[in-house]
Amino acid sequence: MDKITFTIDGQKITADKGMTILEAALENGIYIPHLCYHPDLEPVGVCRLCMVEIEQRGLFTSCNTPAEPEIAVRTETPEIEKVRRVTAELLIVNHPFDCLICEKNTNCELQKIAHFIGIDEEHINKMRKPERILPIDTSNPFFIYDPNRCVLCGICVRTCRNTVSISTLDFMDRGYNSIVSTFGNKPILESRCVSCGECVARCPVGSLKPKETPIPSREIKTTCPYCGVGCGLILGSRGDKIVSSRGDIENPINKGQLCVKGRFGHEFINHPERLTTPLTKKDGLFVETSWDEALELIADKFSHYNGDQFVALSSAKCTNEENYIMQKFTRAVMGTNTIDHCARLCHAPSVAGLAQSFGSGAMTNSINEIQYTKSIFAIGTNTTSAHPVIAYKIKNAVKEGSKLIVANPKEIDLCEFADIFLQHRPGTDVALLMGIMKVIVDENLYDRDFINKRCENFTDFKSSLDNFTLDFVERITGVHRDKIIQAAVTYATHKPGMLFYAMGITQHTHGTDNVLATSNIALLTGNIGKPSTGVNPLRGQNNVQGACDLGALPNVYPGYQKVDVPAIKQKFEKAWNCTLSEEPGLTHTEIFDSILEGKIKVLYQMGENPVISEANASHVIKAIEQLEFFVAQDIFLTETARYADVVLPASSFAEKDGTFTNTERRVQRVRKAIEPLGESKPDWQITCEIAKRMGKEGFDFTHPVQIMDEIASLTPSYGGISYERLEYHDLQWPCPNDTHMGTPILHSESFATASGKGKFMPLTYKPSFELPDDDYPLILTTDRSLYHFHTATMTRKGGLVKLRDRELVEINPQDAEELGLTNAQLVKVISRRGVVKSQIKITDVSQKGVISMTFHFAESPTNLLTNDAIDPVAKIPETKVCAVRIEKV
Amino acid sequence: MSVDSNSRVVTSRRMIRSLEELERVREEVRKRRSSVARSVRVCIGTGCAAKGSRELYELFYKAAEESGAEVEVEAKCVGCHGFCERGPIVVIQPENIFYQGVEEPDVGEIFRETVIGGRVVERLLYEDPGTGKKARTEEEISFYRVQERIVLAGNGWIDPTDIEDCLCMGGYGALAKALSEMGPEEIIAEVEKSGLRGRGGGGFPTVRKWRSCREAEGDMKYVICNGDEGDPGAFMDRSIMEGNPHSVIEGMIIGAYAIGAAQGYIYVRNEYPLAVEHLRRAIEQAREMGFLGEGILGSSFSFDIRINRGGGAFVCGESTALMASLEGLVGEPRAKYVHTVEHGLHDRPTNLNNVETWANIPAIINRGGEWFGSIGTEGSKGTKVFSLVGKIVNTGLVEVPMGMTLRQIVNEIGGGVKGGKAFKAVQTGGPSGGCIPAEHLDARVDFDELTKLGSMMGSGGMIVMDEDTCMVNIAKYFLGFLKDESCGKCTPCREGIPQMLYILERITGGEGEEGDLTKLEVLGQLLSEASLCALGKTAANPVLSTIRYFRGEYEEHIAERRCPAKECRGLFYYDINAEVCTGCGICRKNCPVDAITGERKSPHLIDQEQCTKCGTCFEKCPFTAIAKV
Repeated sequence: MDKITFTIDGQKITADKGMTILEAALENGIYIPHLCYHPDLEPVGVCRLCMVEIEQRGLFTSCNTPAEPEIAVRTETPEIEKVRRVTAELLIVNHPFDCLICEKNTNCELQKIAHFIGIDEEHINKMRKPERILPIDTSNPFFIYDPNRCVLCGICVRTCRNTVSISTLDFMDRGYNSIVSTFGNKPILESRCVSCGECVARCPVGSLKPKETPIPSREIKTTCPYCGVGCGLILGSRGDKIVSSRGDIENPINKGQLCVKGRFGHEFINHPERLTTPLTKKDGLFVETSWDEALELIADKFSHYNGDQFVALSSAKCTNEENYIMQKFTRAVMGTNTIDHCARLCHAPSVAGLAQSFGSGAMTNSINEIQYTKSIFAIGTNTTSAHPVIAYKIKNAVKEGSKLIVANPKEIDLCEFADIFLQHRPGTDVALLMGIMKVIVDENLYDRDFINKRCENFTDFKSSLDNFTLDFVERITGVHRDKIIQAAVTYATHKPGMLFYAMGITQHTHGTDNVLATSNIALLTGNIGKPSTGVNPLRGQNNVQGACDLGALPNVYPGYQKVDVPAIKQKFEKAWNCTLSEEPGLTHTEIFDSILEGKIKVLYQMGENPVISEANASHVIKAIEQLEFFVAQDIFLTETARYADVVLPASSFAEKDGTFTNTERRVQRVRKAIEPLGESKPDWQITCEIAKRMGKEGFDFTHPVQIMDEIASLTPSYGGISYERLEYHDLQWPCPNDTHMGTPILHSESFATASGKGKFMPLTYKPSFELPDDDYPLILTTDRSLYHFHTATMTRKGGLVKLRDRELVEINPQDAEELGLTNAQLVKVISRRGVVKSQIKITDVSQKGVISMTFHFAESPTNLLTNDAIDPVAKIPETKVCAVRIEKV
Repeated sequence: MSVDSNSRVVTSRRMIRSLEELERVREEVRKRRSSVARSVRVCIGTGCAAKGSRELYELFYKAAEESGAEVEVEAKCVGCHGFCERGPIVVIQPENIFYQGVEEPDVGEIFRETVIGGRVVERLLYEDPGTGKKARTEEEISFYRVQERIVLAGNGWIDPTDIEDCLCMGGYGALAKALSEMGPEEIIAEVEKSGLRGRGGGGFPTVRKWRSCREAEGDMKYVICNGDEGDPGAFMDRSIMEGNPHSVIEGMIIGAYAIGAAQGYIYVRNEYPLAVEHLRRAIEQAREMGFLGEGILGSSFSFDIRINRGGGAFVCGESTALMASLEGLVGEPRAKYVHTVEHGLHDRPTNLNNVETWANIPAIINRGGEWFGSIGTEGSKGTKVFSLVGKIVNTGLVEVPMGMTLRQIVNEIGGGVKGGKAFKAVQTGGPSGGCIPAEHLDARVDFDELTKLGSMMGSGGMIVMDEDTCMVNIAKYFLGFLKDESCGKCTPCREGIPQMLYILERITGGEGEEGDLTKLEVLGQLLSEASLCALGKTAANPVLSTIRYFRGEYEEHIAERRCPAKECRGLFYYDINAEVCTGCGICRKNCPVDAITGERKSPHLIDQEQCTKCGTCFEKCPFTAIAKV
């Protein structure tokens, strides 16, 4: 960065070229009063408080005047003093004087300015005009908007428009009557506001302020427990309670930004329904027990079963260390590889598919590369709902000129920003992608050079394209050929291009094929192994990447080291001082079949809720009821935990140390903010206790830092990860040793396949397992709400419920009309596997013939309906497509 | 031959593909027109139209159609002549007989006597109030005598709906010259020589904008005509757009050629429907003849113009707010540290000039920058159009060379103050201008001189005030206007104007305090130093200039609670002169608050406690027995 020097009040200042005078001053510790400036936003120079004098030129607003070499800036002259004073007075005149009862007291920019210039009360009182009292908007569950305290700096308006690209707020009316308002001046709750709270975080005065948030007495940096983006959080606590949450501006991913869940969804932590003592079931009822009693019981029971009779369900919500301990327990103590977790239900095809084509199943590139990309292909991801902070970045990239292609059966919010929207039928992704690739090949837009140098199997793949003529693809997908051509040309000619996908690609009986189609298109266009390119599966859970990485899978040890490779088995046997099984274990979906077959008798479950999350849930319930012994370890008594024989109270993320690995393979610290609630204990401690009581060695850990050291010693890709290094470095695996700085971009030199080449995979179109027919004429697909997470164990514990409190079947107006349904009507949704009651929402976001539901609401358990037919390779059930009908209640 | 669907103009418009062809067509039109023996030119400018000139035109047209005269006669509508006070105005060509105050019953006589008979109808001529002499033509009228018409040269002569009229007057000759004989650089050099400064108010040298915009990087450039004239009492740009839209269009085409712009916009307020209509037709006709569109006049230069109608926000006259509005955004200004000539409309290099500036361009190209530069003062070249209104005898539109004294404009052209009252001040520059008192009547009107006097040129509004005008009230009026028109984006303007207004309301309401004037000055200074755009920067001018020249009047309001002009309601009372009062009872009957008592045929009394000073009695008294005291 080029530097320039100039002077402020005679003092020599060095600043980066391009900095404004205000930025340079603030960086050098010089305060210039300002209200409308915010470092995240383009300066607009409207408050006029930051006036400075450039000698020989006159007065300028320092926030939007670039610092130039050798200029002499004055911040204090009689003229500036006067301008600043009168401007501040004019703002103060309209502002209440009740600082003591304002939440922003001591943290208010206007107050700071008043202090700085010194205010004469009598003088101000003379300027006061008859008071205008505007109504306060308290509609939002999390924050208040008080226009009477607003200084019209526009920071909220610009934040909403420019950083999160929602544009809920804008100025209404003009001149002296200007106020910040929503469209039509409706209450915020009724507006298009997504409650991300970014405006609240930036409001310099007490106009937008959180509701009922006590000032924390201490704060700690940690990582958000919701989605896989991995935003840095600063949790505030007071006594033994978490009272606040804000974005960590030093975090490289979110840079202080958060979504509604990250900012406001922390009420679950201290929720009265939290489990605080162990429970054992006696005569069908839970009774509180001591830890001693519970652990003894478990150790005793577990000791009576062998490995074939035992299954562990690990958790993508728990830390890396806890998942490591869980798989170590399963393998070393119970002697089985049958451990799995919910990654099976989300990204198993990514792991399987990308391993085939690239040799490694994770997001190839990094989140911050989005800003430099030239095209974005978002298929099967409702990014604004499921990965909001990544959606902010996608929208900003579009504003910077990137093309955006959205492929989704639903017209999701991201479509508002899309250049091309492909609304294909659910389950036709292979046809759509292969159709696009055929156009790219036919139009000669593919990257020959890249393919020649770095890929294999192109010829076979190319001939598999022959079937995907535009006629065929148009018929299968329902997407007009012109749009297919447009998408093909756009993606192939705007490089670098990033492809993002999520569950819309994976949750199919041909999920692995879908993933392979995405890797094919990246190889075909040379969009891999370079900055701002790649195939980027967005991981759903905060630590689903880490749970996979740390071996909570039935076929691999930590670091994807295969259980059936003797050398690897020996390495772990030596390290853990035990004998290990070389037989891969069962997958999530197979486990329940095995229970029903009477083979598996014991389930040890940590932080999972399969009764709600598993496809064809009634099948799962039946299986769980057959278990001989079931231990559930959780923070709440979930729908699944109710079936357990022993329930162990675990600590939430706020009560323990550890690490999460986010969707882009970044390992980040989780730090303890408060002591474990009641008698609850961190999951790693509980599992270690059980192992120790079973007389096993290798579980004598006193802090997760020791667990991470063991992980690093056995996991090549985590070899360079340690708590000490994480204090100073942002590390993305592979990070093989303690001098390695991590790998933001995979496959930049060669692929992780055996040949080192990216492998094209020929594909054929396979229809979804269950298609609509006369009895079940509609397709049900599943979706997520921004306001809830997974089975909503954490999100239905506070204000988020006010933003969305029930299941809503989204149905196209035409379908609704044909069925004679009206909005919000209660209906029965019926599939071959179950019946669910829910209200409907009529919206043309859904295409005709396709309805969608979330699975956040246990009262309307969508997964009773979904199909548990599985992908033969990845064993993922087809939760994105099943046939249903709707009946009036 | 085709008949224009909206007008009765029969034309033979065709695409002109070369300069020679243009001259040929021009000659054809002139030849065809020479057969017309007499032409009736009826002004349909807004002033005359308000007095019914449209109907006059219809009658003349019908008369011309139905006349069985041997000679060919025609009736045409034309734009504003400027002498609005005396409208409707009808001029008979070729003798240019100037009839004023024409009414419907006069049509037959004019047609019979003048159009057919060639005789003058004496009673419809203008009579000089001083000498009593009748004037047959414009040149003989004092209102016109000292004017110098460059921009308004075609106004009143050409039919704005007929491009052929414009061609007869030499229209598009400058464009032909620019395209054939001059390169873009030479055009810019000519504009530089002329010394033309922006007529929109700021007086920024036109050539500097043009050159910067020409030199700015960009594959697409724009030119914009600012026709968002929003000052109360101003109608200069309106009259140009209504009366001679081709002068603006021709100026824009030349400018676009010099700058390298391919698209132009005319931003005109929607409250000017006639301007919009005439511009629309003019653009259509110019396109048909090849002055706009692909390959203009057979050259490789392509350019077109679109009209954009503004929603009436005063601040949209500010260039960045105007561009935001053009882009479909809220019309708010932005900080200008990024220049619009480099990053303007759609972030591309954009040159914006006011209507009058553009209208000057054809004359500069035709007659040369040096000629233009020979008119006016050292720093302000050429002429300026003013709308002369207020308490003046000859209300109207005037164009004078820069440097003429205010006295000449007010007295010679304007005919002095109405009703023999004393001159008090003239307000120039629109609502953000200032009031200039009698002692500066000999000031020369140019950009710099007006600024020195605490006012400004603005776009050319000129409001004359007489002794009955309260200057505090005037300041309050303009500030009230600006308060409503402030966009609210920057603090000084949004909060400062209402604060000043609040103080003025107290002063005029009899609650002024010592120190109020200082406060007003401090706030005024803040506005001019710290506001974001020109609206805010100049908003305090009406207050600051009146304090500067009429401080005593303010002090009387504050210290003595007295309004010398007796305009401020709180500061005078109504009194019935018992000597004059006949006791007719009209005042008593009309008083809305029953504050007047009195027996029939004996003097009445006003109960000052109850009186709201609405002024009804004052207006109704048939014997002027009621006075403001």
